[in-house]
Amino acid sequence: MLAVDGISVRFGGITALDGVAFTVEPGTAVGLIGPNGAGKTTLFNCLTRRCTPDAGTVRFEDEDLLALPPHSVAGRGIARTFQNLGLFPRLTVRDNVMIGAHSRGRTGHLAAALRLPRVRREERELRDHAEDLLRRLGLADVADHPASGLPFGTLKRVELARALAVRPRLLLLDEPVNGLSHGEVGQFADLVRAVREDFDLTLVVVEHHMGFVMGLCDKVVCLDFGRKIAEGPPEEIQRDPAVIEAYLGVAA
Amino acid sequence: MSTIVATLATDRARRPRAALTALLAVAVAVGAPFYFAPFQVFQLTMVLVYAVALAGLNLLVGFGGQISLGHGAFFAAGAYTAAVMLDRYDTGHLATLPVAAAGCFLLGLGFGVPALRLRGLYLALVTLSFAVFLPPLLKRLEPVTGGSMGLTVDKLQPPAWSGLAEDQWMYFVALTVAAVALLLARNLLRSRAGRALLAVRDNESAAEVMGVRLSLHKTLAFAWSALFAGVSGCVYTWVIGYVSPDSFSFVLSITLLAGLVVGGLASLYGPLLGAAFVMYVPSWAQDISDAAPGVVFGLLIIVVMFVAPTGLAGLVGRLRSLAARRPTRTTPAPDRTPESAPDTDATSASESSAPPTPADPAPADAEPVGAPPRTEKE
Repeated sequence: MLAVDGISVRFGGITALDGVAFTVEPGTAVGLIGPNGAGKTTLFNCLTRRCTPDAGTVRFEDEDLLALPPHSVAGRGIARTFQNLGLFPRLTVRDNVMIGAHSRGRTGHLAAALRLPRVRREERELRDHAEDLLRRLGLADVADHPASGLPFGTLKRVELARALAVRPRLLLLDEPVNGLSHGEVGQFADLVRAVREDFDLTLVVVEHHMGFVMGLCDKVVCLDFGRKIAEGPPEEIQRDPAVIEAYLGVAA
Repeated sequence: MSTIVATLATDRARRPRAALTALLAVAVAVGAPFYFAPFQVFQLTMVLVYAVALAGLNLLVGFGGQISLGHGAFFAAGAYTAAVMLDRYDTGHLATLPVAAAGCFLLGLGFGVPALRLRGLYLALVTLSFAVFLPPLLKRLEPVTGGSMGLTVDKLQPPAWSGLAEDQWMYFVALTVAAVALLLARNLLRSRAGRALLAVRDNESAAEVMGVRLSLHKTLAFAWSALFAGVSGCVYTWVIGYVSPDSFSFVLSITLLAGLVVGGLASLYGPLLGAAFVMYVPSWAQDISDAAPGVVFGLLIIVVMFVAPTGLAGLVGRLRSLAARRPTRTTPAPDRTPESAPDTDATSASESSAPPTPADPAPADAEPVGAPPRTEKE
């Protein structure tokens, strides 16, 4: 479904990614781990066209992703969440989720200003879909609340709802349980598993919480200093000497 | 949570009352020209004219998060389009409106292009330059614009069937234009396009990931905003019957921006309040002190910003939430704490969060400086 091949990104003298390659099969969940600064988020940014690699290719269902303008990525069925939340703080939770459906709407400025019948219809459809998602993720109570000021765990769910509103086939989660309490991590993992099932999603997850990654993912890719140092099923990765060295260092 | 549910319930109960309020407002708006003296009706007409320009500026600044110090120039462009068409080509008043609107839309589209690369103060500077260079340009193009002397054109005349006086007719024309403009702005904002605009304001990169085409929505925001200013300028010419370069100095642009901020950014009816402020306060300041009306005007702006940091439009909501807070303090207080307590770590952005004011769906009270007095929280 997704094929990343030989991606390299350099920021000035720093090589953030160095020839990283891996594939994501449809319906699987791939975990992306590595110490801080390993290049995980940079890789995500390449996948959503926020950053253009200096070398390498990214193919999504046989289409060259790097040839697309950034705003077209959502329309292809790729959604993401952000490491430090990328919500719209002054908008209500419902509007946040409805913006997720932006790429599916057709209404232009003029039609919107005149509020043509088809605009009303589309608006109703988007709203109904957003309501469904809000109910599904237990957010119906806070739908009219501005996003700012809600608890962090709730905001994480709002962001997930917004990403689902894109109707993605590939969902990229950037540190989804970062900052959540122990109990919340378990709940969020269950939620991700459930929506993955319901919406038939393919997942790529960046996460430091090993329990979360190992419990969710079918395959784990480990990066260190921009290079891929290991790839394989979670059980193998946990025993891989290179991974252990990257995380803990070796005994002197 | 339950407070929110309660808020929703009262919102529903409020609907008939809102309809009643709207009906009352319409009645007042229609009745006003028959009650007031011609000069006062003229002042009201000008409030409506400025409100259209402010509604446009609001789209750009309040909802779009961009800034323009050049809206006086778009206003002037609309006014001169109408004046030149009436003076040279004798087209009739109504024909000038679509031309002024379309011309300013294109002009705004042109100015939207630098807005893609510049932001904040830099964008303000570029738009200010437009406002600064337009009056001298109008003076130089004397064969068309009449130079420093300006152009005198026919005012709008009431048709015989209406049986209205000139000032009353112009009032109703301005009222219609303002009502349509505010309605269009409202429709725009409550749609996919408007949400995209708000999303770009709040978080550009997240908006782009959601599929919002930044360049399109940012330039169109500029174009719409300029269109409103141009329409407003066009009606200005109809009402005043005279344009000159000195009426449209860059001070006008700054006055418009000040009016918008005082009226209430990102509020649907803030432009009306802002327009009233721009219209009445300077002359009122003149009454108080002949020597320094500017000082009085400036001081008043400062006072308003202290008392109502979210603008006059936000004042109503603030007073209401203050009043609502009194009774809730005695009733189950712990219910509120889970919502207000995690404020500090809740958002990554520096937004401080006021308790939601149900009256104002898009409160602009996110600025940390403008946070309501929360020190006296329980």
